[in-house]
Amino acid sequence: MHADQESLKVHLAEMLKGGVILDVTNGEQARLAEDAGAAAVMALERVPADIRREGGVARMAAIERIEEVRRAVSIPVMAKCRIGHFAEARVLEALAVDFVDESEVLTPADDQHHIDKRAFRVPFVCGARDLGEALRRIGEGAAMIRTKGEAGSGNIVEAVRHLRQMGRELRELAVAPADERMARAKALGAPYELVAQVAEAGRLPVPNFAAGGIATPADAALCMALGAESVFVGSGIFKSDDPAARARAIVRATTHWRDPAEVLAASRGLGAAMPGLALDALPPTERLASRGW
Amino acid sequence: MKVGILALQGGFAAHARMLTGVGVDPVLVRTPADLDGIAGLVLPGGESTAMLTGLARDGLEAPLRSWARSGRPALGTCAGAILLAHAVTHPAQRSCDALDVDVERNAYGTQLDSFAAVVDAGGAFPALRAIFIRAPRIVRVGRAVEVLAHVAGDPVLVRAGATWAATFHPELGDDERVHRAWLREIS
Repeated sequence: MHADQESLKVHLAEMLKGGVILDVTNGEQARLAEDAGAAAVMALERVPADIRREGGVARMAAIERIEEVRRAVSIPVMAKCRIGHFAEARVLEALAVDFVDESEVLTPADDQHHIDKRAFRVPFVCGARDLGEALRRIGEGAAMIRTKGEAGSGNIVEAVRHLRQMGRELRELAVAPADERMARAKALGAPYELVAQVAEAGRLPVPNFAAGGIATPADAALCMALGAESVFVGSGIFKSDDPAARARAIVRATTHWRDPAEVLAASRGLGAAMPGLALDALPPTERLASRGW
Repeated sequence: MKVGILALQGGFAAHARMLTGVGVDPVLVRTPADLDGIAGLVLPGGESTAMLTGLARDGLEAPLRSWARSGRPALGTCAGAILLAHAVTHPAQRSCDALDVDVERNAYGTQLDSFAAVVDAGGAFPALRAIFIRAPRIVRVGRAVEVLAHVAGDPVLVRAGATWAATFHPELGDDERVHRAWLREIS
């Protein structure tokens, strides 16, 4: 039954492919997301751009907030807990959310340990910057990996860096001789069995989505072209001029990313995107992607 | 032989792997033109609301509806079964009305209620292991519809002619029997 439980978690992630998962902070935003064609919503207290601006400790959302979002939609509802905060995760599981994001966007609760996700029946998604980090999280039981990118920045450069890095490391591992896998596992800091499995398959054993800085239909198309199987959009929707139009446009570009004429059509008439941050100006202590390991 | 898979959102890649495995060319369907020249059509799992939004946006809803209602071979799994149904509840939404069944969405609960089960003995697919992910339930079966498999008494695999619907995911795992049996409708 244990293997069944683990595969059921990954199967839900499989069904979210080719779709968009939108951050929402209330029922009205959740309905807007569902009407725009989102495949799931992430229920939050504040979007990452506001967390960044307002500072303070960012925690799991208020229960009533998550319940309000769930009442508003029929698509899966996800919620975030702090890195290492397994008690928040237990609360979210007891609340029966569909997916938990152990997220660097919230203030970490443990600077050494991520949650033992195999101890849960609810599936988890975790952020990763490279293959080693992804395999450590999968080793702990994550059913979905997303790039960390740089949340709340409206700047796609970090998500692109993480997708490129993951793709490069997957390709290198696929062509490496089998007798080098242990040394690669050591260098990656990842479990040997997972390294061997990924080397044989040429891909992660769980879906790999993009997140962190997606603000336009072309950003979504770029991430899909770089190997993401779906995209998370946080501040990019509700910090823009016309959230409903932008949400529909990003959903369209995620489905039709191969067709530039479709992405062009999706890019028209959206008003201004979120302003965004130049990351060179961001001190290392304010970078969310460096939280967790 | 080319078989289309609706590929706006959801588990279309798993169906493509399974069709390729049984020697069929999958065609990913994203525009009305993609429906031309396919011998059968798979409607995959995923989020049926997201698929309906995409179908309306891309001018694909009417062509898909008439394709499915023509009686040509169609296989809907999970969300795909919802799209083929006569009527949908919980909540109510549009569907193709290509198969005389009524379907309740998310009938078992949240992801924590997703499950795997072996189908009841005595059906057309003995010992088939069925995977249910936030699954719908078939709550009414029309007189012309044949039930091919039950789980705990609920119909989970049904057909009327070449139009088939499963509330589970025969494309996940490596049991090819459902796909092979449906593909026999095409030749």
